[in-house]
Amino acid sequence: MSNSKILQADIKISKSKDIRSLPGFSWFTLSFFIYLYLPLMILVFFSFNSSSSATVWEGFSIDWYFKAFANDDIQRATKNSLIIAVVSTFFATIFATMAALALSRNRKIKHKPMFMGLIILPLMVPEIVTAVATLTFFSTIGLSLGIGNIIIAHTVFCIPFAYMPIRARLQSMDKNLEVAAQDLYANKWETLRLITLPILVPGIFSGAMLAFIISIDDFIITLMVAEAGSNTLPIYIYGLVRKGITPEINAISTILLIISIMFVTLSYWIGKKR
Amino acid sequence: MKKLFNIIDQYKGVLPSALMVGIFMLIPILIIVVYSFMIPNPNGGGRTGFSFDFFQKLFFCRDLFDNLVFSTGYLKIFFRSMWISIIAVIVSLLVGFPVAYYIATQNADRRNFLVLLITIPFWTNLLIRTYSWILVLRDTGLVNSMLISSGIINEPITLLYTEGAIILGLVYTYVPFMILPIYASLERLDIRLIEASRDLYTTHWGALRYVVIPLAMPGIIAGSILVFIPSIGAFIAPELLGGGKNLMLGSLVQLQFSSGRNWPFGSALAVIIMAIVLIALLIQARNSRKNGTEIVH
Repeated sequence: MSNSKILQADIKISKSKDIRSLPGFSWFTLSFFIYLYLPLMILVFFSFNSSSSATVWEGFSIDWYFKAFANDDIQRATKNSLIIAVVSTFFATIFATMAALALSRNRKIKHKPMFMGLIILPLMVPEIVTAVATLTFFSTIGLSLGIGNIIIAHTVFCIPFAYMPIRARLQSMDKNLEVAAQDLYANKWETLRLITLPILVPGIFSGAMLAFIISIDDFIITLMVAEAGSNTLPIYIYGLVRKGITPEINAISTILLIISIMFVTLSYWIGKKR
Repeated sequence: MKKLFNIIDQYKGVLPSALMVGIFMLIPILIIVVYSFMIPNPNGGGRTGFSFDFFQKLFFCRDLFDNLVFSTGYLKIFFRSMWISIIAVIVSLLVGFPVAYYIATQNADRRNFLVLLITIPFWTNLLIRTYSWILVLRDTGLVNSMLISSGIINEPITLLYTEGAIILGLVYTYVPFMILPIYASLERLDIRLIEASRDLYTTHWGALRYVVIPLAMPGIIAGSILVFIPSIGAFIAPELLGGGKNLMLGSLVQLQFSSGRNWPFGSALAVIIMAIVLIALLIQARNSRKNGTEIVH
């Protein structure tokens, strides 16, 4: 056999198949992704339907979007959702950044696993339990701040979502930079302000975006904690869905979907940047 | 007093987060544990006093003559929740494993892209994702209209408002929790182990059965628990896809706090959900200690 033939045979083998690949798995995965995205695509598709049916196509129009924007209730719910999400994200991100810095840089803190466990506790407790526990707590202490109650509840469960990317960023950063800064007579605060925080910025942004999505999408906890008049967008949508299905729901849902997808992609992209 | 200031100074970084979660989450959970032993107040809330009222309510109901009769109503809901969650875990595993395996065998760029595709729906609104299945499943929805126009059936078949629809919705929303941990454990898999097993004349499927699956076990256990936990307390899927007639624990809890006006009973049910979750988490803790894997979100 000539050399070139051996080479060709080699290429054939290496091209033939990865030893790990199993017959049918690629088709299965393809069908899985169709299953994962098709319902959402149908929802977006029918938001552009000109008839009032959410499932029978009759022609293209963007009327439902105009109708949704013009609706007073939707405007109020959107305003509430945005206020709640922005304020909770703000506090959750600050608290999470402080906690991440303290837990990974402050050697004097004892019981670190306990604090870490406490911070990620909201991820472990089922939402319905958090919802009724928070409701019971607020009613027991008689706290009634309207939208404020929802902001408190949201800040709590946004903390772990903001915390995770910040902590990941802190762990992956080169600690020698901080040591070098201190060798050059920077004090603790200067090191933090000039070295650690600038490097940490992508992690903080990434965490803030996740917190924002989690807050704006939350349903069960808000449903239980919300008092009359402080409806958010998901609660408004839920009310509509229970009454009947219209393309208007599809239109608002599409907008919410786009916001989430945009933010999560941004978060992923920023978080990956070196 | 000075000592207190020192402690605050030392812990000031973690204090805001710890206080927020401690006061607004840990204490509320302790409060509902207390609540579950209180006597219900018909106007909402609970009266002080100690009772096992919830316990009685779980097994018995009062008949016309105010006698206690054994009743399976609530137990049925409990077992239906367990049953539906377990089926959801099994289906997620059957669907998620091949996908995780496929992703783990791709090159690095494709792997990252596919993982991103899996995580994006997780970050979108749960309510909207569940709602989108109504459009697919209802009598005039995608599935039925396709089946009718292709002449397979004449009358729409009922797909919505069944237990099957609930399971479908749960799998749809929580299957990423199954795929990601399995993927994480398969990503580290040493390919030489598969090569060795193939050299020893196993088939494709033999290598899967005797090499890959045992090594993926920590991921499989972690994934199963991560799917089970949100399923047992699910509220949206049973409400929207089960039509409120196939009641599950989550909806039952919500009912007690809204129209049911029996907060102690609702608290007791929430504590039961919490206990089930705690057991699941303990199993996972043992699993990760044994295998050195952690749940990665």
